[in-house]
Amino acid sequence: MEIAVSTRNISKTYPGNVEALRDLSLEFPRGQLTSLLGPSGCGKTTLLKIISGLLEPTSGEVEVNGKPVTGPGPDRAFVFQDFALLPWADVLRNVAFGLELRGVPVSEREDIAQQHIKNVGLDGFEKSFPHELSGGMRQRVGLARALAVESEVLLMDEPFSAVDEQTRRKFQEDLLGLVERENKTFIFVTHSIEEAVYVSDQIAILLPRPSRVHEILRPENLRTKGVSDIRRDPEYLDTVDRIWASLRSYVE
Amino acid sequence: MHAKIMSRSLNLKLLSAIVVFGIWEIAGRIPISYGFPTFFESMVALFSMLIDGTLLQAYMDTLRPLVVGILISAFLGIALGLWIGLSNWFDWLVSPIFIIMQAAPLAALIPLLVMVYGIGLTSKVFVVCIMAMPVIVLNTAGAVRNTPINLKEMAASFLGTDKDIILRVIIPSASPIIFSGLRLGTSAGFIGAILAELKITPTGVGDIITFSRSIADYPSMYAAIFSIILLAVCFLNLLEIIERTLFRGNVRGYVSD
Repeated sequence: MEIAVSTRNISKTYPGNVEALRDLSLEFPRGQLTSLLGPSGCGKTTLLKIISGLLEPTSGEVEVNGKPVTGPGPDRAFVFQDFALLPWADVLRNVAFGLELRGVPVSEREDIAQQHIKNVGLDGFEKSFPHELSGGMRQRVGLARALAVESEVLLMDEPFSAVDEQTRRKFQEDLLGLVERENKTFIFVTHSIEEAVYVSDQIAILLPRPSRVHEILRPENLRTKGVSDIRRDPEYLDTVDRIWASLRSYVE
Repeated sequence: MHAKIMSRSLNLKLLSAIVVFGIWEIAGRIPISYGFPTFFESMVALFSMLIDGTLLQAYMDTLRPLVVGILISAFLGIALGLWIGLSNWFDWLVSPIFIIMQAAPLAALIPLLVMVYGIGLTSKVFVVCIMAMPVIVLNTAGAVRNTPINLKEMAASFLGTDKDIILRVIIPSASPIIFSGLRLGTSAGFIGAILAELKITPTGVGDIITFSRSIADYPSMYAAIFSIILLAVCFLNLLEIIERTLFRGNVRGYVSD
């Protein structure tokens, strides 16, 4: 099992002595989806932003493919919880925005964006503005933008938490397909136990005060099941129960 | 359907103009005061001034400090506002000047300006700038400071440089409020230009107003006032059109939340 991303002894203290992370070490296998799961305030988004290079850790280091992270890089792309789309730009420009910032010429980046718009099922919406789309469609734009830059690592910060339940289920199924098709490393932040068990190869349970990795779970056989059978599988149900048992005492 | 709404809003605008001018006409016929001409008298005066070239000549004088002042206020104001919004220490250093400028009673400052800069173009440009610039600067600074953090983080995570983030995120995101500052600043600038002509030296439209009042030619006086309001309204509409063509998706507001 090859490691794509590793974090070593990460600590993060925010101004005012708020300790978000303490001495956290974790490894993310290549080509797999790792969930960071935990109650709110356990620092999972902080960890994701440190891996992305948006935040600097107070101490410790992050390596992507063996190279230390000093800031955002072309090997990582971010999918935001609140989509972070430019309201003044149409879908085409939003999807191409990552490429635009990399200086890819207009016609080339629009071709690439067009392909990814099609892949996420937004064909025909290229000229629409974000305010004309539903929440689910907006997140498809966010996903297409992240896929368009062809990064090896995809960082997803609670990407499905702002869309409705039905859309979320569809997204989870699509995500399984994406993990299988693309040889990318996914780091997925969620607070939903069911979602984590459903989509993950590896689940890191984080606990707050002080934040640390409590446990790492690797569901063994769920990947071989069909998307609609996973939720009935005994392993799925047991894993969900087990996680809840260890988290319940931390929920006020 | 869109065209229908447009034509309805145009009809409403025309209707409201007819109502206002009708009331003006009636008030002038009563008359509510000997110094208050009817709408038609004023329009006749307006057209005669238009035809004999007085008005054109007057606007050549009035527009010079106005245009220069508004251009300075717009470019310098937006630049300063950007800087204030991006840098805390520059905010502490410069913001108070504009807050004071906004609060200061301008008419009281005019003698001071005249003493320093004389009665020429410079003083008048200054008056226009003092009126127009604070709201442009303060609006721009506020909008820049309030750029949604998630958009800045998004651009940074996709490898945007500081320059990219300013040009492709902060400015477009601040543009609705920058434009509203420009509109407010421009209308204040019009007030400043006329005030300068009334208080410093009577030239241009201010001269027509002062002179026709002194010889009791009230229709011309109201015609001059009417023309400057009309010009200001046209200019504000032009700004709105520019804004709508530059930032189409912005008009209908933010959706990221």
